[in-house]
Amino acid sequence: MNSAPKDFLDIASFSKEDLTSFLDNTMQMKEIFTRSVKKVPTLRGRTVLMLFYENSTRTSTSFEIAAKRLSADVTNFDVPRSSVQKGESVKDTIDTLEAMRCDYVVVRHPMPGFAKNLAGLTNMSVINAGDGQHAHPTQALLDAHTIREVHPELEKKKVLIIGDVLHSRVARSTSRILDKLGAEVAFLGPGSLVPKHSKFSRFTNYEEAIAWKPDVVYLLRVQMERQTAPFFPSTAEYHNLYGITRERLAYLSDHGIYLMHPGPFNRGVEICDEAVDYERSLINKQVENGVAARMSVLYALKPQTSSFIIE
Amino acid sequence: MPVAIDEEGIEEALRKIAEELKPIVSGQTTAFIGLKSRGDSVAERLVTLLAEDDSAELFLGALDVSLYRDDLSRFTNNPSLQGSEIDFPLDDAHVILVDDVLFSGRTVRAALDAITDYGRPKKIELAVLIDRGHRELPIAPNYVGITLETAKEDHVKVFLDTTDNKEGIEVTRAE
Repeated sequence: MNSAPKDFLDIASFSKEDLTSFLDNTMQMKEIFTRSVKKVPTLRGRTVLMLFYENSTRTSTSFEIAAKRLSADVTNFDVPRSSVQKGESVKDTIDTLEAMRCDYVVVRHPMPGFAKNLAGLTNMSVINAGDGQHAHPTQALLDAHTIREVHPELEKKKVLIIGDVLHSRVARSTSRILDKLGAEVAFLGPGSLVPKHSKFSRFTNYEEAIAWKPDVVYLLRVQMERQTAPFFPSTAEYHNLYGITRERLAYLSDHGIYLMHPGPFNRGVEICDEAVDYERSLINKQVENGVAARMSVLYALKPQTSSFIIE
Repeated sequence: MPVAIDEEGIEEALRKIAEELKPIVSGQTTAFIGLKSRGDSVAERLVTLLAEDDSAELFLGALDVSLYRDDLSRFTNNPSLQGSEIDFPLDDAHVILVDDVLFSGRTVRAALDAITDYGRPKKIELAVLIDRGHRELPIAPNYVGITLETAKEDHVKVFLDTTDNKEGIEVTRAE
């Protein structure tokens, strides 16, 4: 990278070379997990703050483990009980946290662009852990790394993303990184949930999509909690139309196609029980790689807080 | 006047270190761990020179100390990680750390921290191709190929076939 980034906000801000460097470092971070002491002193004396305006146990735990493996101190800012609820502005909250000498903020917020706004208000490094439907760039990094582990050369590899693409920040970020790295992406889902105007191929029928010959099938989570105005009639119907059923699993297996899901998955909706134990399921790998990818991001960023003296 | 050491000078320095190490490794188990980058190449060549002795059991590993550096906050860009390969146990091992140039001693300090995360060796020693002086920490090498008089501001650059497609050492004097 030409000059170290302060923040990690979205995939669009980084070049192919930058992203490759994040991915190469992700691979090296994994070696630490094999040692007797699974921790390095890189961020000793630095503080990482977790600022989650939306619940996400998995992502926050993954970030927390990543920060701790690099020896940073981790503090959770308890948003529901904080003065944010008493009407404190974001700028005032962030100034308070910076005054406590934090160096990194990991933020998740339902509003697109929130992380970017925050980054403009602080010297701390801001890492976007999901901002509304906009971006989830560390998920993209771990997804790309997971595919690289089975297909080291991403160029021309085909990834089929299935589900509610329209409302998914995972789909947005992951498709973008794969595209930048030279892979081909296609979307499949109900017509109402797949963008009509994107640079990627678009399918609404499973059989047509699978005939595109993907190397990887990437399932998005059906966000049951966000189905206030249902975009499809029932979960059983979704499973029949777009889910990985036993028959479809047999096809994936016969054709050596890998299966991914950002988790947590809904059994019987996106995937059948058997698919969870599928030999080419990369779902657990994604979780493991999430920690390494987040370590790679924390390692590369340069906060402009006082504990970092740049000569 | 720039000082230069050629291919033969490097070969001679490696043979000197190997001669000193021969009685140490004979009949023993010894783990050579080269510090990336170039220390790993130096370690590999020492092991090749010492391998003639069948009674010596030699392990070869490589260590990238980037994550252990005490000066990362001074870097505008953190170094890309090159990875460590230590696939043998270090508990109770006799470890010889190997680097190309010994200068401030900070890389070696970082390496000592890293090694203890892999295990608890019974002994750690240090072999360097070049000792150029100007230590900032109480660290001394056990085996030295070449001792160079330098000014602190001089640049010492080692070129090895494996990383640079040429062999030699160049010292650029400070203006």
